[in-house]
Amino acid sequence: MTEQGKSCNWALEINDLTVAYNSKPALWDVDLRVPEGVLLAIVGPNGAGKSTLIKATLDLIPRAAGSIRIYGKPYRQARNLVGYVPQRGSVDWDFPTSVLDVTMMGLYGKIGWFKRPGKKERELAMSALEQVGIAHLAHRQISQLSGGQQQRTFLARALVQDAQVYFMDEPFAAVDAVTERAIVNILKELRERGKTVIVVHHDLQTVRDYFDWVALLNVEMVAVGTVYEAFTNDNLRKTYGGRIAGIGAASGAIDVTSTRDSAEYAEVGDAV
Amino acid sequence: MQQLFLDPLRFEFMQRAMLAAMLVGIISGVMGTYVVTRGMAFFGDALAHSVLPGVAAVFITGNTAPGALLLGGLVAGVLSALGIGILSQGRRLGEDTAIGIVFAGMLALGIALISSTRSYAVDLAHILIGNIQAVQGEDIVLMLIAGGAVLLFVVALYKELLVISFDPTLAKNLHLPAEGLRLALLVALAVTVVIGVQVAGVALVSALLVTPAATARFFAKRLHVMMIVAAFLGALSGVGGMYLSWHLSIAPSAAIVLLATGLFILAFLFSPRGGFIPSLLGRNSDIV
Ligand SMILES: Nc1ncnc2c1ncn2[C@@H]1O[C@H](COP(=O)(O)OP(=O)(O)OP(=O)(O)O)[C@@H](O)[C@H]1O
Ligand SMILES: [Mg+2]
Repeated sequence: MTEQGKSCNWALEINDLTVAYNSKPALWDVDLRVPEGVLLAIVGPNGAGKSTLIKATLDLIPRAAGSIRIYGKPYRQARNLVGYVPQRGSVDWDFPTSVLDVTMMGLYGKIGWFKRPGKKERELAMSALEQVGIAHLAHRQISQLSGGQQQRTFLARALVQDAQVYFMDEPFAAVDAVTERAIVNILKELRERGKTVIVVHHDLQTVRDYFDWVALLNVEMVAVGTVYEAFTNDNLRKTYGGRIAGIGAASGAIDVTSTRDSAEYAEVGDAV
Repeated sequence: MQQLFLDPLRFEFMQRAMLAAMLVGIISGVMGTYVVTRGMAFFGDALAHSVLPGVAAVFITGNTAPGALLLGGLVAGVLSALGIGILSQGRRLGEDTAIGIVFAGMLALGIALISSTRSYAVDLAHILIGNIQAVQGEDIVLMLIAGGAVLLFVVALYKELLVISFDPTLAKNLHLPAEGLRLALLVALAVTVVIGVQVAGVALVSALLVTPAATARFFAKRLHVMMIVAAFLGALSGVGGMYLSWHLSIAPSAAIVLLATGLFILAFLFSPRGGFIPSLLGRNSDIV
């Protein structure tokens, strides 16, 4: 599960990816190789292109250049292997539909045209809702969910997709500590089942606790690798410029070798 | 009392009109659910206006074959829907801008065509406020066919349309042809609008789409329930409106829309969920 995987062992392989909006590049010549079975955090400042990276990988927006491979296959042939948890704000939560309905949408690709979800699909969806701890809300209209419950609903929908590689855009945004714990546990469970999970993440303090790989992005890819190798203050400074705050105070358990100069940041971090 | 209900039914043209109003109410209610949940009210209204050149072209050629108006409107409406859909694809233009351009252009073309005839004012009035009493048996057959096709489309592709309406991104992730489905939905809306124009006229047809569905939203927590409630309210407004129009001697399209609006106001004020008065009293039920 380390860096020396043969090329076909990469769960996700992005080569020379460039994406531009109105001819202004949002991603520039990005490479990313992720082995199977890791939790990878994508971090970077606002506007760094993190969401863009996920959307381009999933063919949701056009690429100017670059190739995407999932388990060695082009994305088009591997779509079944991919699950996506969009940013929570990307849908209308007032839409008249229930938690169970939304969860079952994850199965629509497998059900096939014209057919209805049946008993089997309902059971799959219910067990996913149990996993994320909101089975009791299955029949509630989604407009009556809290932010954390919305996030869990999206997660349940991704779980029923039973993908190999998951992409999640800020699943921890605006959820409370309990929900955050629950989500982390689900991510770890996914990893135990050999899934690969790629998460856009904003909280630098928890990167070490939650993830085993990290990609530091700011239009260009600054560094990718195990948290141990890549999550260094040097790389963070390159990614965030002078604006970095918070990492030094992450936790008492910080590995000394990779936080050689954490003292510089501790000050700012304590203030946060 | 019984007389109140049976009186208008003595006339065949009233029977046909009621049937037409009911059919249009049902189909508009169902399709209106998409209009309301997807925030397409402007689109519905614009479509109604863009059928004008099609209808006008039939008028000035003096074609009186049954269904000719319906077909003319259908061609113009479907072309407009596709035009708007294609112009707004992939963010080249905002959807509201695309709608504004197509709608105004088509409306102008329609007015230009009509203004070239002598009976300008009468024709325009019929097109604007509808002419339900002129509905023929053949028109009803056509409404049944076109409306039936729309309903079949909704039933067959219910889950696909649900995903593209709620989360188009997921639709793409699931291999669904999200753009194709969106265009198909726009075309189905165009068909709905065109059959509605005969009943409610260009000016009021979008109310048939929006109002019953908006009312239904107060009572339904799932999309298909909202469709059924909206269809029922649409039919009720259609038939009830025809009675109102008969007894009060007012224009049928206005009576239908006023009744639908009245029902909406009642729901807005009193519905147990999201109703204005229950919420003032702090009694909105939290449906689980
Ligand atoms: N649809 C769009 N049209 C034009 N520019 C866009 C569009 N979406 C994103 N951008 C631009 O591309 C850049 C990258 O955006 P992106 O959403 O990928 O950033 P991000 O890293 O996800 O940021 P955040 O942390 O705020 O979510 C930003 O400069 C943004 O303004
Ligand atoms: Mg983002």
